[in-house]
Amino acid sequence: MRWRSHILLGLAVAFLAIAPALFGTFTITLMNYIGIYAFAALGLVLLTGVGGLTSFGQAAFVGIGAYATAWYTAVQGGSPWTGLLLALVLSGLAATILGAATLRLSGHFLPLSTIAWGIAIYFVFGNLDALNRYSGLSGIPPISIGPVSLGGTTAIYYFIWILLGAVMLLCRNLLDSRQGRAIRSLRGGVAMVESLAIDSFRMRLAIFVLAGVLAGLSGWLYAHMQRFVNPTPFDIRPGIELLFMALVGGAGQIAGAVVGAAIVVLLKNVLQDVLPAVTRYSAQLEVVFFGVLLVIILQKARGGIVPMIRRFLPRPVPIAPVAAAPLARRARPAVTDQAVLRIDRATKRFGALAAVNEVSFEVRPGEVLGLIGPNGAGKTTLLNLITGTAKPSAGQIVFLGDDITTMAPRHIASKGMARTFQHVKLRPNMTLIDNVLLGTYPRTHSGFLAGAFRFDRVEERSARAEALQQLQRVGLGEKFGDLAGNLPLGQQRMLEVARALAANPVVVILDEPAAGLRQLEKRTLSDLLRNLRGDGMTIVLVEHDMDFVMNLVDRIVVMDFGAKLAEGLPAEIRADARVQEAYLGGVA
Amino acid sequence: MTPEIALLLAQDGISTGAIYVLVALGLVLIFLVTRVIFVPFGDVVGYAALTLAALQLKQTPGTVWLVLSLAALATAMEAATLIHRGEARRLPKALLMYAVLPIVPAALVWLAAGRDLPTWLGVALTLAIVLPISPLLYRIAFQPLVDASVLVLLIVAVAVHFVISGMALIFFGPEGFRTEPMTRAFFDLGPINVSGQSLLIVGCSALFSLLLFVVFERTLIGKALRATAVNRVGARLVGILPTTTGAIAFLLASALAGISGILIGPVATLYYDSGFLIGLKAFVGAIIGGLVSYPATAVGAILVGLLESYAAFWSSAFKEVLVFGALIPVLIWQSLRASGGVEEEIEDEDHEKDA
Repeated sequence: MRWRSHILLGLAVAFLAIAPALFGTFTITLMNYIGIYAFAALGLVLLTGVGGLTSFGQAAFVGIGAYATAWYTAVQGGSPWTGLLLALVLSGLAATILGAATLRLSGHFLPLSTIAWGIAIYFVFGNLDALNRYSGLSGIPPISIGPVSLGGTTAIYYFIWILLGAVMLLCRNLLDSRQGRAIRSLRGGVAMVESLAIDSFRMRLAIFVLAGVLAGLSGWLYAHMQRFVNPTPFDIRPGIELLFMALVGGAGQIAGAVVGAAIVVLLKNVLQDVLPAVTRYSAQLEVVFFGVLLVIILQKARGGIVPMIRRFLPRPVPIAPVAAAPLARRARPAVTDQAVLRIDRATKRFGALAAVNEVSFEVRPGEVLGLIGPNGAGKTTLLNLITGTAKPSAGQIVFLGDDITTMAPRHIASKGMARTFQHVKLRPNMTLIDNVLLGTYPRTHSGFLAGAFRFDRVEERSARAEALQQLQRVGLGEKFGDLAGNLPLGQQRMLEVARALAANPVVVILDEPAAGLRQLEKRTLSDLLRNLRGDGMTIVLVEHDMDFVMNLVDRIVVMDFGAKLAEGLPAEIRADARVQEAYLGGVA
Repeated sequence: MTPEIALLLAQDGISTGAIYVLVALGLVLIFLVTRVIFVPFGDVVGYAALTLAALQLKQTPGTVWLVLSLAALATAMEAATLIHRGEARRLPKALLMYAVLPIVPAALVWLAAGRDLPTWLGVALTLAIVLPISPLLYRIAFQPLVDASVLVLLIVAVAVHFVISGMALIFFGPEGFRTEPMTRAFFDLGPINVSGQSLLIVGCSALFSLLLFVVFERTLIGKALRATAVNRVGARLVGILPTTTGAIAFLLASALAGISGILIGPVATLYYDSGFLIGLKAFVGAIIGGLVSYPATAVGAILVGLLESYAAFWSSAFKEVLVFGALIPVLIWQSLRASGGVEEEIEDEDHEKDA
């Protein structure tokens, strides 16, 4: 069924190729603007739709690119190609500084500061003598490739659209690679992302800088096509038009950038004909129109236009992973008496309440340790301390001989600890196999460029084979191409287990893995866990289902009111009077 | 810079800062209760100042048409929602809230316009007509998105800003206005002269900040607002409707915007889009307070006023650049401070469905 999308794409390319023969200069100029805006809108699509961030200052980054090359070529007499380098470096640098300052804070600080930044940069352009203040810079030379000048409308048309096509292809490749999946996983909470050894801050920064660089590229093209720049197009107002392009086309859809840019450019063209008849302030009122449309879109059709069209196209059939060389496996500690994990008087206080109070125990290599206790006993808090999600108020936690007490979750994860969550944390809009591939993140190495240029295919094939294997292990191999959100809860839990296993961890921490599972699924899970133990995996398990725990685990730690109540073999725990009292409220 | 000039600039900065305090308090109030970062708030301040200016020039302020069109839209949306849900019996109340209450001040202003009004009456009418603007915008733009993420709400807020500031251009034109000073008194305090208007601004700002505090501490409505801010689900469970507290927060904030606009009118020439910058500078103050604490917000807003005043003396062209540029170090400082507890914070943020 893929051919239908391919035909659509082929038609679009053919149309773009013959457009200059069909239309006059005016239409081709409009299409040039569509292409140029599409670069900046593409940045916002990646940032807003994929990364879950947003920027109102995208036009300011376009301005940096445009002014950088304008100043370098028109004032300094340099070459546009060096100007390109300058435009990309400066816009990337500005994005890095702004992002580094704001991206550790919660989500609204970045967009807010982009408003302030957008206004500030406009005043900078307008007040610098070197940039000829509000009058702007003129006499910018056209781009030329060797002896061929791209000064003509048609010449630059082909240049813009071929470049745009290439950039869109690179972005698509990137999203379908190791780092791209990590970026796609950003939306929906950092706890899961960090538990997969992904540095969420670095990913946010990367996507923000990428958006900034795309805007810089857009600015470079703009300056050399327009041959003149002034501050007006880089104010905060065009920033909202760019955001409108990204959202109307369909945030998260790469094609949405082009669709959105086309809609805005064509609408503006109509407005420029109509508005002057109604009002004297037509230039300012375009944005009123877009503002109203934007509110309506966000209220009524948040998905944008491309997903609406896509609904009528068949969903592409997922490509099955092929056999490939296995990913490197982690060396497991031999089954000895040396503890894999040692918790030493760990304490966590919330104000006066000690949710975990001086709990000590050890986890030995290759064992399945059950952690049980009544509701509110502090089991999940203890797991959070072990996995680094929360920091202990006192005490020490040692994993594989290293003190991890104050280590960040992603560092602990990359040392070989994987976990599942009490409330399942998956990415419902990603496929099963993509969710499991996230688990392989700490075992793989491809960077952003490798992903964009597809130098990562060998490793990617191995990772996909591994992911499929783990899916098959939990009984979901057939459904690898389905969306995770379509699974029933029980299978979502199994999917989380598969994701944890894909990391090839030394220790797996399972928080109530059997909750919500049907009897048959529980049996599959306990068979799987027994298999894993056979492979030498160490498992820590919080669970309420006593049958499940008693039949599976080697040893049990019982917690009550934050403290350790008992520790021992299942049979000993079953016979322990204190445990019975804690569970049954006193033996009659 | 001589000490006299430094003092003069400080006086100037504190009185501007005092206005930012009121605006910033309104912004934080709205954000905490509804999670809306209400970017158009500054525009409401601008509308207040321009309304008073129009009344003093014996013209009909465009605010009348703004309020009437917003009221019509909100009433239509509310009626459609009620009918869709089969709750037509609640229509009269909706009509009262969204049609009658906004139309009354609009009608009064329309009737009074063109006459010679005493200052107090102009001020009262201005306040009355500005009051419904924010709650109506809430009903139209934000209430349908009550479950959306902070990010979506923020994008809507920015869109709404462009809409109502564009409408301000139609209503008031591109010229700048300045209202008549409420007092021409000057007080000789040793090295400097302090204008009565400055004292009035600082006094009003302190008074209304205090009033806001009393509302929060002593009234049931204030407690409901605080409860919503702390925990929306919890508030709903004890019978506090988030949409009701939302509307109240926007109403209170609208009052603060009206007062701010009336106070700033005589000390600055305002254009149709000046309010936006006032709002953004108040935001910088609120961000210094981390968008959570009212006292820290007030301190931050005063600091912004001082910074602006000294920056204007140093280079008036780069005044805005300096004020907004100051945001970067503030954010870095906040980042470093928050680096411990950032996990939970971002987690809260991300319970979004889609953007």
